[in-house]
Amino acid sequence: MTEPRKARVATASLAGCFGCHMAILDMDEHLIDLMQRVEIHRSPLTDIKSFRHRCDIGIIEGGCCNEENVHVLRDFRRNCDVLIALGQCAIMGGLPAMRNAVMHSDAPLRECLEEAYITGRDIRNVTHNIPNDPALPLLLDKVYPCSEVVEIDVQIPGCAPTGDVIFNALSKLLDGKFDGFERESIRFD
Amino acid sequence: MSTGKNAADEGLEPAASNQVQIEQICAAFDNDHGRMLDILRAVQDAQRVISQDAILRIAELTGLKPIEVEGVASFYAFLSLTPRGRVTIRLCDDIVDRFAGLAEVQAAFETVLGIKTGETSADGAFSLECTPCIGLCDQAPAAMVNDIVLTSLTPESARLFAARLKDGTRPEDLISDRFDDLTPIERARRMVDNNIRHAGCVLLGDVPQDAGLRAAAAATPAQIIESIERSGLRGCGGAGFATGQKWRFASTAGGHRRFVICNADEGEPGTFKDRVLLTERPRLTIEGMTIAARAVGAREGILYLRGEYVYLRELLEDVLADRRVRGLLGSNILGVDGFDFDVRLQIGAGAYICGAEGALISSCEGLPGEPKTRPPFPTTHGYLGCPTVVNNVETFCHAARIMDGGAKWFFDMGIAGSHGTKLFSVSGDCLNPGVYEWPYGMSIRDMLVAVGGEDAAAVLVGGPSGAMIARDMFHRKLTFDDLSTGGAIVIFSGDRNVLEIVEYYMSFFVHESCGYCTPCRVGNVFLQKAVAKFRAGKANPADIDYMRDLSQTIVETSRCGLGMTSPNPILSTLDNFPLVYSAMVKAPEDRLRATFDIQSAISDARHLAKRRSYIFDKDFGA
Ligand SMILES: Cc1cc2nc3c(=O)[nH]c(=O)nc-3n(C[C@H](O)[C@H](O)[C@H](O)COP(=O)(O)O)c2cc1C
Ligand code: SF4
Ligand code: SF4
Repeated sequence: MTEPRKARVATASLAGCFGCHMAILDMDEHLIDLMQRVEIHRSPLTDIKSFRHRCDIGIIEGGCCNEENVHVLRDFRRNCDVLIALGQCAIMGGLPAMRNAVMHSDAPLRECLEEAYITGRDIRNVTHNIPNDPALPLLLDKVYPCSEVVEIDVQIPGCAPTGDVIFNALSKLLDGKFDGFERESIRFD
Repeated sequence: MSTGKNAADEGLEPAASNQVQIEQICAAFDNDHGRMLDILRAVQDAQRVISQDAILRIAELTGLKPIEVEGVASFYAFLSLTPRGRVTIRLCDDIVDRFAGLAEVQAAFETVLGIKTGETSADGAFSLECTPCIGLCDQAPAAMVNDIVLTSLTPESARLFAARLKDGTRPEDLISDRFDDLTPIERARRMVDNNIRHAGCVLLGDVPQDAGLRAAAAATPAQIIESIERSGLRGCGGAGFATGQKWRFASTAGGHRRFVICNADEGEPGTFKDRVLLTERPRLTIEGMTIAARAVGAREGILYLRGEYVYLRELLEDVLADRRVRGLLGSNILGVDGFDFDVRLQIGAGAYICGAEGALISSCEGLPGEPKTRPPFPTTHGYLGCPTVVNNVETFCHAARIMDGGAKWFFDMGIAGSHGTKLFSVSGDCLNPGVYEWPYGMSIRDMLVAVGGEDAAAVLVGGPSGAMIARDMFHRKLTFDDLSTGGAIVIFSGDRNVLEIVEYYMSFFVHESCGYCTPCRVGNVFLQKAVAKFRAGKANPADIDYMRDLSQTIVETSRCGLGMTSPNPILSTLDNFPLVYSAMVKAPEDRLRATFDIQSAISDARHLAKRRSYIFDKDFGA
């Protein structure tokens, strides 16, 4: 009897704070159980930067605030069977989406950048310029939740979701038995 | 200044004369805050605005807080906190008007008056606005000009009317140069054609004057209620509640003061049969109210006339005055000791929600037209907390006829569960739009033949809060138990875009939600956006489920009938015209969202950074 192939998992952090990736690591000894069933492919955890194989599961932290996020997210969608939005930023834009509140302006993006780099109080920016290195990806007009850019199969809520919630969701997915969350496990009040 | 003339007349500063005017208006209503809507309407008419000064003064005089007065003033579309033109033109913006050429008519008014819709001219002479259905779909496009109405407009006639108004012609003189010499009924008929296409034997055929009232005067209240119960009469305003039962509840409710209110708010888009009754059968309407008053023991009545029908005010006031003179209203009606009843007119101010009986009662009480929480029901706790019967105009007319013709005569018409005749207001794509009186039970197919609408691809039965049905359902019948309607039937030919119609009706509900419940106030906005997404070809298959889900939430969590029925345009077309939706759905390629447009999402940044995208501008660097 041959060992079943380990499931391939890829992860990416888009417009997030890396807190959700920390939460993956935060599952403590469950990590050992998990690693018996999966191998991590493209991910900041492995530093593999492109897909060489199709993956079973893709995990996305953060929403899309710039063009590179969109590019990566689409790449994940094309290369992963099941795509997970992990955490509030991925699900609904989260903290970065606060800039979407600048909307009653003719040029919201410019207003936002000017406040961040030039006009805002307590800013020390000796160049008085908005960063514009050609290597910087262009910003999107607003921050988009992942589900507006590609289809998302599973959402794991929380900021960040706890390691247990992530571990349970992944285990059930691997068993083919995932059908949402118990209400109790995802309430935070 | 617009008030310059008045001020000169009275030798006062304009501001001071405005204040005097407000005092006079409030005094005319006994400084009673319960008549706030009348007070504000009068101030709006006289000053073209409810100014902050006016709000302060009215609050002082009526003993309310300024914010309460402002709450009423800001609720109604026909009241305005910013100055409106001395002549305010309101174009009826119903979908039927749009299909009948509203855009060209609107452009004609805009060009000649030199203002855009939504604007007031700099000299304060004109305002041009749009307003939802004004009850003239059988002669669309139509418009209100102050208190008069213009019908069957064309770009040519619109240009002519606008030019004459600009030359200083009074709106009334657009109707007839002898307007002042005409009687109220002549004026109404000049303005509006009532298009009675089929008269049945109950309402629109010959009606003997006050025969029903005479029979009722000779009967006991209990006998009246019993007759109405046995006739099988059900409310004609849309909900179809058994009228006899409603009257019985009110008659047995505690308390000495009771009220009878006639609901002439007729706001459901596509409905105009009450307009016809109020013009052609106003006596019968009041007769029915008087009979109801005897049945439940009410001495006071209110006829709530929608602001859009203010052109019928004089006609109705005349009928009321005439009936008082003839002993048919007032004390000891028809010589019966203790049979006392009188009716006042309450004019609305442009709010669909005021047709819902709770909101209607709030509005009569001088409050913002917000529905009341039920129970308690109006039959026990209605106007001013007293037992109140609210019925539709047509319901009262039927009741009067039943007292004359007998319960059995009425019961034997129609079919089981839906007895008697019903008025249908038919408009849209048919040869003979107008009002038809038929017994209940006619099929849509027969109806379409009768009105010359055989080309119909879709029929909206019961207005936007009813159902939109397709050809394969034209065998269905106009009854309470199959296709129920307060009277609206709007016909759409195959040339019409169903999604455009649905989006229009959703915008109607967005506009008319009173805002009390979040699911209705916010949910309808989301529903409208979702339909717009389908129209633009940007919807995902999942959006269908999303719309159904959201609709369900709105239906289940809304406080009043508006919210509970507002998703109906979407729900009924999803059920009956599924292909219209599926044809517009884009199946996502590679499971990417076709609705997300990266080019437009980065275009701002491209301009700010003054460079192109490494990733998405394919020819970059080439
Ligand atoms: C949003 C809404 C609008 C309504 N508009 C009207 C209307 O314009 N005229 C009317 O008679 N009933 C209207 N109704 C129904 C009334 O609430 C009430 O049921 C009716 O006036 C009772 O009279 P009836 O039993 O004679 O039909 C409306 C209801 C709702 C929820
Ligand atoms: S959801 Fe919270 S933890 Fe996760 S990326 Fe966003 S801010 Fe960080
Ligand atoms: S359902 Fe809509 S119209 Fe009715 S009370 Fe609630 S918000 Fe107002």
